[in-house]
Amino acid sequence: MKLNYNYDGNIACRTILQDQLEKLNISYQLLDLGQIEISDDIADDSFEELQTSLNRFAIHIIDNPKAQLIQRIKDAIIEIVYDKDKFPNTTISQYLSDKLNYRYGYITNVFSEYTYTSIENFIIIQKIERAKKLIIEEKLSLTEISYELNYSSVAYLSTQFKKVTGLTPSMFKRVIDRRRKLSNTE
Amino acid sequence: MIAHQDPMHILLADDDEDDRAFFSEAITELKMDNKLTLFEDGKGLMDYLLNPDIKLPHILFLDLNMPGKTGLDCLKEIRANSRFKDVSVAIYSTSSSEKDIEDTFIEGANIYIKKPNDFSMLKKVIKEVINMNWQFHTSGLNIETFFFSI
Repeated sequence: MKLNYNYDGNIACRTILQDQLEKLNISYQLLDLGQIEISDDIADDSFEELQTSLNRFAIHIIDNPKAQLIQRIKDAIIEIVYDKDKFPNTTISQYLSDKLNYRYGYITNVFSEYTYTSIENFIIIQKIERAKKLIIEEKLSLTEISYELNYSSVAYLSTQFKKVTGLTPSMFKRVIDRRRKLSNTE
Repeated sequence: MIAHQDPMHILLADDDEDDRAFFSEAITELKMDNKLTLFEDGKGLMDYLLNPDIKLPHILFLDLNMPGKTGLDCLKEIRANSRFKDVSVAIYSTSSSEKDIEDTFIEGANIYIKKPNDFSMLKKVIKEVINMNWQFHTSGLNIETFFFSI
């Protein structure tokens, strides 16, 4: 029997963090996406134990300040891509520099130096990633998806989808469906 | 997921010596830290991959037309083995028909590259593919729905 499921990566991550921290008796407070406040200093060996237990879930503690900033930029972008109510009324550059407290010029330089892409391009990739999930879920029409992702029109979403993946949204859906069929018959 | 400072591991299987040389040269011009391993045919590639002691690559490039084990044969074997589920597979082909592209994706490829004729174009294409693949590996994007046709 095959079951389909959907999930919220953010909730899953928070639950894993809570479980693991409690298991190691570390008192903590979950902050914004991607940050935890640890109340007391932790001993080196329990810190190592925490790292090992989190690595199993592909959660890594970041100790390099630039890598930390990049993660916070990515998290801030993902937050607005996945929640249209949080989409800023101002420009993205204003939103990021307010949220992260750095000049936008500095933010974009650090970002492209480490990720080999631009912030603009990263936003597009994340929007298309969410569009893929929504297309597979089949709950929304393409027009509704374009609205959910703040596109001005469904044509614009289709064009951007094709630019990022090389496929049209309908070809994408067809490939996914036929892959599933193929793996069901094997 | 990999950290930003890790090198990207790249494999290429192509029976054409010139194509392998062009590919290596294009890779050395990438800004990203990387490690490239070359194979002359599909069998050599699969023998290497099936060794349980190797560090798995982030991406492998397969020429579709190779004598013996073809690129498509390798793709099918790779996708039938869950150990390779996080490895992106890029197919290199001379065909640009929509049906060939679609069929290759259905078989489990992530990237479809229409082989460019000139070297500067090849470099550009490889760079775009590697950069896009990097985003998937460093940002927790879903490899199973990763498609890129260029």
